[in-house]
Amino acid sequence: MSKITIPLGPQHPALKEPENFMLVLEGEQIENATINLGYNHRGMEKAAEERTFLQNLYLIERVCGICSHSHTTCYVTNVEEAAKAEVPERALAIRTLIGELERVHSHLLWIGVAGYEMGFETLFMYTWRDREQVLDCLEMLSGNRVHYSINTIGGVRRDVTAEQKVEVLKRIGNLEERTQYYIKVALEEPTIRARTANVGKLPYEVAIERGAVGPTTRASGVKRDVRKDDPYLLYDKLDFSLITHDTCDVFGRLVVRALELVESYKLIRQILNYLPEGPIAVKVPPRIAPAEVLNRYEAPRGEDIHYLKTNGTDKPERLKVRAPTLANLQSVAYMLEGGWLADVPLVIAAIDPCMSCTDRAIVYDRKTDKKQVYDWEDLRKLGIEAYKRKGVDFRKL
Amino acid sequence: MNTDSLLTSMVYLVVFPGFLFLTVYGLFLQWVDRKLCAVMQNRMGPPWFQPAADLIKLLVKETIIPDACDTAMFKALPYFAIAAIISALMLIPLWKADSLFPAFQGNMVVVVYLLTIPTVTFFLAGWSSTSPYSTIGSMRVLTQLFAYEVPLMLSLIGPAILAGSWNLSEISAFFTEHPGHMAAQLIGFLVAILALQGKLERMPFDIPHAKNEIVGGQFTEYSGRLLGYFNLAVDMELVVGAALLSAVFLGGAWGLSGAAGLALFLAKTLAVTFLLALLKVLMARIRIEQMVNFCWKILAPAAMAQILIDIIIKSKLQL
Repeated sequence: MSKITIPLGPQHPALKEPENFMLVLEGEQIENATINLGYNHRGMEKAAEERTFLQNLYLIERVCGICSHSHTTCYVTNVEEAAKAEVPERALAIRTLIGELERVHSHLLWIGVAGYEMGFETLFMYTWRDREQVLDCLEMLSGNRVHYSINTIGGVRRDVTAEQKVEVLKRIGNLEERTQYYIKVALEEPTIRARTANVGKLPYEVAIERGAVGPTTRASGVKRDVRKDDPYLLYDKLDFSLITHDTCDVFGRLVVRALELVESYKLIRQILNYLPEGPIAVKVPPRIAPAEVLNRYEAPRGEDIHYLKTNGTDKPERLKVRAPTLANLQSVAYMLEGGWLADVPLVIAAIDPCMSCTDRAIVYDRKTDKKQVYDWEDLRKLGIEAYKRKGVDFRKL
Repeated sequence: MNTDSLLTSMVYLVVFPGFLFLTVYGLFLQWVDRKLCAVMQNRMGPPWFQPAADLIKLLVKETIIPDACDTAMFKALPYFAIAAIISALMLIPLWKADSLFPAFQGNMVVVVYLLTIPTVTFFLAGWSSTSPYSTIGSMRVLTQLFAYEVPLMLSLIGPAILAGSWNLSEISAFFTEHPGHMAAQLIGFLVAILALQGKLERMPFDIPHAKNEIVGGQFTEYSGRLLGYFNLAVDMELVVGAALLSAVFLGGAWGLSGAAGLALFLAKTLAVTFLLALLKVLMARIRIEQMVNFCWKILAPAAMAQILIDIIIKSKLQL
């Protein structure tokens, strides 16, 4: 049997977003894996430079559909730091609350996706049904299921009422019960064990060397969590433990995420019981003096980094977003090699990839070894020319 | 063969219980399977006409045949699969003590052989369409065939030894006479259910067309009418597989015939479908090498144990 090269993506049932993995197979085993990105570049960073800080809030929220709160929180923290604004503690508490609810929804979603990728559709159906509870909580608190828009510059838009608190606590109780059941299933179900144990190995040293983040790295035994390493919001006041697992495989990632769910329920209870009195927002002037800020946030998928440079106007000079998937992709190629074809979707899904968040563009000229970042005008010109070559002239329309 | 018996045979093959009945009942069982899975997975499930609607939709759609494939074989394979399945049905006793076509010693072996043909057509379908996903899928079909075929055959040998016959009608008759011995076939029955699940390529053994890995597997390049017939063949295979298990392990028609026998036949095939649906929702898909290990290390020895039990029972009976 000769070697076969199989393209996995950009269009493939296992992938929710366009990306491409070229797999060289020897029978059923993978000899070599190459990752090709860039199918979903949306020019978000460039677009952010054309909008005011407040408008950017809604743009940044749409970097990712799942960790929308992570990105906006990281962004508003940057803006507030640059503007030297003092955010009231109640607002920070509400941000933390939504952040943890988001982690619950993301991890439940991931467990479902993992079930689907290993061909366990019942697990997928069950977890997604339960996930509705946390989505209901988020809708009740913020008014939206996916893009919560709870953050605003200087605080949050909505307060948490006493009735909402009771309702959230009730639903969290239900979810905790269900999560304990899933932990039991994950630990005892033999086919889950067979499909996840020793699959997608990422040893401790490699995880550090390749800069993996989030549950992926914690499942390799690395104690790395921004909430502990560099506490933001209210995390230094809250009591929770950092979950690690030492099997370094997909099973470990499953266990880490399941146990993190339990930690998140603990955190949500603490925040709701703490919730200090006071205003939920302060006014921040629209123009921000020149400053450079960098902030980290532990998104459900791992460390999210935002860099912001202001120039005294009401628009950012430069905004840089590094989504967690980019940090984890380097590890995926390592995890795939030598594995089985059947495990590829599961290994890719195990980092909880979000390709749309990740794709960025930089122009690199190989002949002259020059890097170039285009400005808005250049991009516009390029776009018009590209369409002209295709025979579309916008001036005539 | 005179005209009269030729006509009867044609009616058997084409109308009842052949092509038409198998189509209708196969689609019905597909719906039952889907509905059961849906209920067990906490969702609504499709309406009763969904499988028929799916089939009709596929039948009227355009059929695309890849340039690189062997066109004649590509087109002919679905019909071979269906023909083999209908032929197998003719040899199994359904709602009366005898099968529709005259029974003979060894017809159990012929049925198992005929039920292997669809699997071979699946392999050829994937192989002849030459795309990478299909090629991998068809290799998996063959690997899987070698894994489940032996436990399936071994599990059927147990009752055959006990009844002292290779004739399905005589095996059924034996269990009708000695219903007590049915309980002793539990291990063999479970092995047969699992092997049948593998034969029908359903979860957890849907490895050849695991959609997350190799898209449509061996059927990736199939579309329109040809895909519709392949899907129909899988549904029919479910009916025939359930009928085979019912004849071998569940005592066939229990001496009934006519409407009562038909009702019993439907009840038994539905019960087997229920078990298959239960298996489908309970487990994650396993890897091909795990499947081979499972079939050879667990299923085959279990079937051997069943044969041993049957030999002991038989020697006790004769004492």
